[in-house]
Amino acid sequence: MNASDILTPKGLIAAAVILLLAVMPVLTTIADQAFYLDIATRILILAIAAVSLNLILGYGGMVSFGHAAFIGIGAYAVGIPIYYDEYSGWLHFPLAIAVSALYALITGAISLRTKGVHFIMITMAFSQMVFFLFISLEEYGGDDGLLIWSDSEFVDGVDVDDPTTFYYLCFISLMGALFLVHRIVNSRFGRVIRGSMSNDKRMKALGYPTYGYKLTAYVISGAICGYAGALMGNFTNFISPEMMGWTRSGELIFMVVLGGSGSVMGPIYGVLSFLLLEEFLPDFMDLFSKDAGIYWHLPFGIILVLVVLFVRGGINGLLDRWNR
Amino acid sequence: MTMLLEIRDLQKSFGGVHATKNVSLDVLEGEVHAVIGPNGAGKTTLISQLCGEQFPDSGRVRFAGKDITRASGPARAHMGIARSFQITTVFQDMTLLENVSVSVQAHDGHSFRFWADAGRDAALNAKAMTFLEEVGLQEKAHVLSREVSHGEHRQLEIAMALATEPKMLLLDEPMAGMGTEESQRMIEILKRFKGQKTMLLVEHDMDAVFALADRISVLVYGELIATDTPAAIRDNEAVRQAYLGEEAA
Amino acid sequence: MDTALLITQLLNGLQLGVLLFLLAAGLTLIFGIMDFINLAHGSFYMVGAYICGTLVALLDSFVLGVILAIPLTLAVGYVAELVVARTLYARDHLDHVLATFGLILIFDTAVHLFWGAEGMAIPLPDWLNGQIAVSETILLPTYRIAIISVGLAVAVGLYVLVTRTRIGMLIRAGASNRTMVQALGVDIKRLFSLVFAAGAAIAGLAGMMVSPITEASIGMGNDIIIVAFVVIIIGGIGSVKGAFVGALIVGMIDTMGRSYLDQFMKLFMSDQNAETAAPAVSAMLIYILMAAILAVRPQGLFPPRVR
Repeated sequence: MNASDILTPKGLIAAAVILLLAVMPVLTTIADQAFYLDIATRILILAIAAVSLNLILGYGGMVSFGHAAFIGIGAYAVGIPIYYDEYSGWLHFPLAIAVSALYALITGAISLRTKGVHFIMITMAFSQMVFFLFISLEEYGGDDGLLIWSDSEFVDGVDVDDPTTFYYLCFISLMGALFLVHRIVNSRFGRVIRGSMSNDKRMKALGYPTYGYKLTAYVISGAICGYAGALMGNFTNFISPEMMGWTRSGELIFMVVLGGSGSVMGPIYGVLSFLLLEEFLPDFMDLFSKDAGIYWHLPFGIILVLVVLFVRGGINGLLDRWNR
Repeated sequence: MTMLLEIRDLQKSFGGVHATKNVSLDVLEGEVHAVIGPNGAGKTTLISQLCGEQFPDSGRVRFAGKDITRASGPARAHMGIARSFQITTVFQDMTLLENVSVSVQAHDGHSFRFWADAGRDAALNAKAMTFLEEVGLQEKAHVLSREVSHGEHRQLEIAMALATEPKMLLLDEPMAGMGTEESQRMIEILKRFKGQKTMLLVEHDMDAVFALADRISVLVYGELIATDTPAAIRDNEAVRQAYLGEEAA
Repeated sequence: MDTALLITQLLNGLQLGVLLFLLAAGLTLIFGIMDFINLAHGSFYMVGAYICGTLVALLDSFVLGVILAIPLTLAVGYVAELVVARTLYARDHLDHVLATFGLILIFDTAVHLFWGAEGMAIPLPDWLNGQIAVSETILLPTYRIAIISVGLAVAVGLYVLVTRTRIGMLIRAGASNRTMVQALGVDIKRLFSLVFAAGAAIAGLAGMMVSPITEASIGMGNDIIIVAFVVIIIGGIGSVKGAFVGALIVGMIDTMGRSYLDQFMKLFMSDQNAETAAPAVSAMLIYILMAAILAVRPQGLFPPRVR
């Protein structure tokens, strides 16, 4: 990306969105609307997860239908140590990353032996496995979930319990994840996974053992998503297996596709629109008819179907067309 | 001349149908060896066994003195077999230069390099550019491959195969779907490498085959019925009956 | 071991297996023939149950309710195919997953709109609600036997349909080679609609039969559909036989695992460890099984022959 790319409608919108996210705590403080900072924080965390999924889905063509498991694993990597009075974030976050990466390595090694629908379904099955594992772990709350009564502690004087501080931790993390993924997809490694998405057979004929490359990408993606999970654990102060259900993974895929998979900003647009719809569609419907908002899933589902049928390339794709 | 590729008694059948029947064939270093045969002769099955997509039921394949009968596709590529595909398989979302540099990169050590921007790798790009020049596509280096013509895709395929600096090119119908003019250009391009690169050419286009090949093998119903010089193949009665005759009729 | 309990558990396993088969049969055929992933297949399971519940209340007859609900569910499936699924066949699997995920939201909310958020209980007639005494200690619940019988009957019916009839021949041919079927001059669109709607009706039948036990509820299909996917992946996508074998394996292993795994694990670990680990492992058992099978046979146990 260079300077001239930013001076297009698409570039300006990207810059505006990031700038808006950067000053969000200031805005919500001025407006005295702490609630909106909450939504914005959730957007940032899910955006990190979506960016991680985009790495393998948008650039590597691996439709992982189990990414919510990583969020759950990351969150439990915060919750379980705190349950045993281990409060250090220097433990929680590396643990979240390490366990997610290990889980990705094992499940990816098996899943990537398959292709297409088998891959989709086996990644989903593995996440269901984690889901049921935590449901049966009565010690950590089972299906009632686990309360996290403290936040991760990093250094004295920095309190991530403070919403603004935490918001900026998430913001910096998202920028870091974006930059990391941006570098990866443009590197030699990135070209290999993009190539294998486009045509795996061709890559093999060129001499790439693509399995190892895809597995590496899968592990990186899982690790980033686990990190997002650790943030989520700190944010919600509560974790339940429900966060890992397969519908959550489905929503994450939808966020990526809605925003535009295989583009840098796509996942952010996707999460942004998804969460804003989720938040405001019910209120909007209530305007027309009292209590109609409880049926917001109906227009939401219809929007989902219509987006899949008619909006190629998601929001980012629309901006691309506008650019020309 | 030394033998580069040695196929011995290759057999492959699918549920009772012999797709490859006792095929033995040699490709000498430096020659252009064409394999022809009517539809359903088993050319595709033969190719897929040579590049490791399928394994034979019995028989052996040796390449540059090593047994590769059961070697994986990537392993064969590293030993020096490059193939082009019958159906265009370039990376549509990449520029032509990026396409070729993915090829160059394949033989430039491992690609577990996560940070440096490959698009700004001067050495990589320069090398990729030389291969684009060899097939005459340098002017379109920065065009997305989805935006170039079918004929240019085919040329790009050749550049990508060359970029792995192979000992042998396995060309699976390089003229497929081309008009006369495009075919002519492709023949010219391939002629440039004649004598320098060993080629195994599987092709339907008889003009191309007779213009390029040093030797021709004829495959009919999975079986090799003749291997000889183009002139001798033209006069071979069995070939005429099994193949050319059919076309004339 | 307690024989009566064992027999009850065997019956439960068989019942789950049969229900899974009813769901998986449509799923595997739809996927095998149209290469279409339908996450919303579980919605037909739910819709079938609600339609049936309403009819049973209206007509005061369980059997009549089921018999009338089947064609109605078939019609719902037919419309869903016509409106959404049909336009998706040419797309990739990612689009299938997303669009049918959207369909699930639509179906779930539609049921909420029509029938409310509460679940719906479906009463059984007395003659189905009793127990059959096999011996003095062993009593078998009549309704479970009925479910298993109906499920097996559908399995046999499907088997005969697929292996003995012209339409079954086309379905099999479609699953292994689509272009060939088109070349035969068959109206492939109609074949697709038919299979899709029939699959929906069979899934609906499963929902109708399970509801007197569990009651019909919103989202009832969303968990079992995942297990049905596990079934067809284990069995080999596109194969009805695979779906049947896979469903019975999964049904049995899941049920038996939940009841007996702790006793089994006590054989080689301490009682306490076994009691802690068993629930976790038994909940994951079918997924472990699927991973193991896929690691050895990526195409499942009975993959249909060459595409």
